[in-house]
Amino acid sequence: MMAALRTPRGLATALILLVLAILPLLTQAFDQRYLLSIGTRIVIWSIAAVSLNMILGYGGLVSFGHAVFFGIGGYAVGILSAHGVSSGWIQWPVALLAATAWAILIGALSLRTRGLYFIMITLAFAQLVYYVGGGLEAYGGDDGLNISRSRFPGVIDLRDKANFYWLCFALLCATLWFCSRYANSRFGLVIRGAKSNELRMTALGFPVFRYRLAAFTISGAFGGLAGILLANEGAYVSPAMMSWMKSGDLIVIVVLGGMGTLFGPLYGTIAFFVLEEALPPLLNLAHKGWGEYWMIVFGPLLVLIALYARGGIDSLLGRRHE
Amino acid sequence: MEYLLLQMLNGVQLGLLMFLLAAGLTLTLGIMDLVNLAHGSLYMMGAYIAWTLIGVTDSFVLGALLALPATFLLGVAVEAVVIRRLYARDHLTQVLATFGLILFFNELVRAVWGPAGKSIAVPGFLNRTIEILPGVPYPAYRFAIIIVGAGVAILLAWLVARTRLGMVIRAGASNRRMIGALGVNIELLFSLVFGLGAVFAGLAGLMAAPIASVRIGMGDDILILALVIIVIGGIGSIKGAFIAAMVVGQIDIVGRAFLPDLLKTFMSSSAASSAAPAISQVLVYVLMAAVLVWRPTGLFGQRT
Amino acid sequence: MKNKLFGTATIATAMAFGLPAMAQSPIKVGFVSTFSGPQAAIGEDMRRSVELAKEHLGGKMGGKPFEIFYEDDQFKPDVGKARSEKLVQQDKVNFVAGYIWSNVLLASYKTVVDESDTILISANAGPSQIAGELCNKNFFSTSWQNDQTPMAMGEYLNTKGVKSLYLVGPNYAAGKDMLAGVKRTYKGKIVSEDYTKWPDQLDFSAELTKIAAAKPDGIFIFYPGAHGVQFVKQWAQSGLNKTVPLYQVFSIDAITLPQQGDLALGTLGAQQWVNDLPNEANKKYVEDFKKKHGVYPSYYGAQSYDAIMLMASAAEALKGDLSNKDKVRAEIKKANFKSVRGDFKFGNNNFPIENFYIQEAVKDPQGMMTVKTIATALKNAVDPFAEKCPMK
Repeated sequence: MMAALRTPRGLATALILLVLAILPLLTQAFDQRYLLSIGTRIVIWSIAAVSLNMILGYGGLVSFGHAVFFGIGGYAVGILSAHGVSSGWIQWPVALLAATAWAILIGALSLRTRGLYFIMITLAFAQLVYYVGGGLEAYGGDDGLNISRSRFPGVIDLRDKANFYWLCFALLCATLWFCSRYANSRFGLVIRGAKSNELRMTALGFPVFRYRLAAFTISGAFGGLAGILLANEGAYVSPAMMSWMKSGDLIVIVVLGGMGTLFGPLYGTIAFFVLEEALPPLLNLAHKGWGEYWMIVFGPLLVLIALYARGGIDSLLGRRHE
Repeated sequence: MEYLLLQMLNGVQLGLLMFLLAAGLTLTLGIMDLVNLAHGSLYMMGAYIAWTLIGVTDSFVLGALLALPATFLLGVAVEAVVIRRLYARDHLTQVLATFGLILFFNELVRAVWGPAGKSIAVPGFLNRTIEILPGVPYPAYRFAIIIVGAGVAILLAWLVARTRLGMVIRAGASNRRMIGALGVNIELLFSLVFGLGAVFAGLAGLMAAPIASVRIGMGDDILILALVIIVIGGIGSIKGAFIAAMVVGQIDIVGRAFLPDLLKTFMSSSAASSAAPAISQVLVYVLMAAVLVWRPTGLFGQRT
Repeated sequence: MKNKLFGTATIATAMAFGLPAMAQSPIKVGFVSTFSGPQAAIGEDMRRSVELAKEHLGGKMGGKPFEIFYEDDQFKPDVGKARSEKLVQQDKVNFVAGYIWSNVLLASYKTVVDESDTILISANAGPSQIAGELCNKNFFSTSWQNDQTPMAMGEYLNTKGVKSLYLVGPNYAAGKDMLAGVKRTYKGKIVSEDYTKWPDQLDFSAELTKIAAAKPDGIFIFYPGAHGVQFVKQWAQSGLNKTVPLYQVFSIDAITLPQQGDLALGTLGAQQWVNDLPNEANKKYVEDFKKKHGVYPSYYGAQSYDAIMLMASAAEALKGDLSNKDKVRAEIKKANFKSVRGDFKFGNNNFPIENFYIQEAVKDPQGMMTVKTIATALKNAVDPFAEKCPMK
């Protein structure tokens, strides 16, 4: 533990986690409520990014429809809430079950394909749910649905921003802990092995398809968790939360942070949100009105990252010793 | 009967336009193993360049003809600056980098041409309806799209089946390493094929412009559909792309023109009119998922 | 960052001139709209009008200078919500205005009106939920409720004796509202009701072929922005413009007309504001806008101009002291200002009770495409959801 702190990576990670752990105290002390809102979104998106990393980073399976789990988790909460079921003890398990079930279904159908075909079939299933969401007129259709936050009477009041943040942060820590166990388990080794050489793993007698399906399902369940939190954060669900652009953002985040690394998705999310928040004002500072053209900078930045920073931010923190 | 014919023609026209876009995409994927999301940006750039040139020359045909070599040059330039560095990379890197290119091109267009869309008028000699059967009018411009689209499809078929370039393309699509063995200058071939794909995309963009309009992001929505088509057809297969484009064109029209009436035969009228668009919206995705579940590498893709 | 620097600079200047910093603290207005991507043209039109309002006010509201914070929602509900959150939590603005899209407004709604108790003035979006059960004392509209404009069109079609109508619109929430709206008032025969894929469908050949076969007396459409351009062009190219007239809401306006050109000539639409409405405020607004930008303003711009003028009227009445929110709300509710649409009142749900006009697409003497008023379709119309709003 102490040894880990001596490497730049360990130090940076410890610092980030420390700041995140006491963020509500900091934002209160400096009267920066908005920073807590950004912080909450960063933590929730990190959970989703970590979950995508489980299949994309470790397994090499490029799912272009991961935001669908935002939608499934979110809509499960939203629909129950619209019918007067406000207890989180019911909402959350139902939402997780829904996300898991959907992951099993599309995983079973999609994992038969490879490469671009896999990218496109996951996209297709996500689009399917996206348009179904837009067609749910009883639940607002494309306009979305305003909901109230889940109730956990006597345990925690999620309407309090700091409480909600701490719950999200605790869940992020749990997700990270799970992911580290996952990556280093025998199961994880098979998933990682199949990424570099599927034939070899099959020859060794591992049923790769079943392993991958299990990984896809776990990843979907955590994605659903992020969806539950996102719906609660905005007190609003809409099909836009599962548009293919959101799935694209998640991929960008994972690659930006460093694929197949434990904390990469966390770095990636922070960098992504900071860029999005800071780039327009920075450009405006250079010349008033340039801020709106921030994508002219952001676009080529993505190209450069894709071309020259293959290991993502994680690789900038020095070489890994594993 | 005439109604059926007209709707089928609509489907053919839509399918041919999509084929133009999909052809370049499937070629670059098949030969260079490159996922190019920015293909939609080339479609957009083709339309904007044509808009400018038509304004300068004051002639639709002349402007359009000049826009094609211009898009070719743009394609070659994009290939030389960014795309060339992506061939050896995995699909994910390519998706990311070319997604970055989309953002760049969209904002570039906004900075150069402004946020408001542009309009290209239908050329005078096509701005009327023609009778495809006695008493059955059809917009002449749409008919022209069918003619040009079919012409390009035939040209491509000939190119792939009968020429040396086509032979290399076919060889490359089935086994990439073979191209090197054939003693072909790979760099030149790649930039040629990419430029060719750009021309087709640009042609599709400028032909769509008078019925649609020239606007920022016009290539983004249609790009997804083009990807769907090449995946259904099988990556690298021109024949597959053509058949898939035709099928998708027809399915799209069926979903819009016939589905509501079909549903009304077994459900209430109001339920049908709300269910039909929802179903037609996802029809192509359902088709693609079904094809991939049945044949994981598309209709005409290489088995692995 | 920039705002903080700016704030520091203001305080420094104030101190240098020996003025108490408080008296000079400006009124802050947040303005959320779409400034990037395919729909940026609408946001640009709104911003031009806001800037013009600022100019007309001499940069002051109730004797105090005011600052406008523009935020780009990127046409995405979650981004719009985050930007609105920034405005109320970090910039601590006095008012939030703008909002083109219903879903962006709905996503941002609670954060602004509930959690931050800040006044929100919608300069376009008017979803039925907010007019009805979700109405709030902090919400005001300078536009309309979604259903109203098509209702005006339906009413006009009745008087004109159009016997059968073919409805086409995009398959999303506002599209369904609009088609439902025209059905509320139109008494003739609805031949068919077609919804098209949104936003990816830009080709309407199948629908136009169906219409040609159905031979209705008229077509009613709702296609905002780029889609409106496409529908009108394809309608004209198909030859239907010679046989079936087109009636529209929000599909032919100052932003789309330059692209639709002659093809739109003679089409009729409904709107609560037209650039030729004969009142002084409107003349000044339209003339100055044209002088500055060389084009006509659209209703998006007019509604944004009104939103700023409405805030200014409240600030004026309170002499720039906006600290008591109850007083501010009471002043806003009076709608005591010169609206470019002419005078109007707020209803119980804080949506305007206003007139709706029928406009025709014409060429102005300089050959520029524009619209002119030809009839009044509804007088002092109250939206159909007002009764669902519990506020009195």
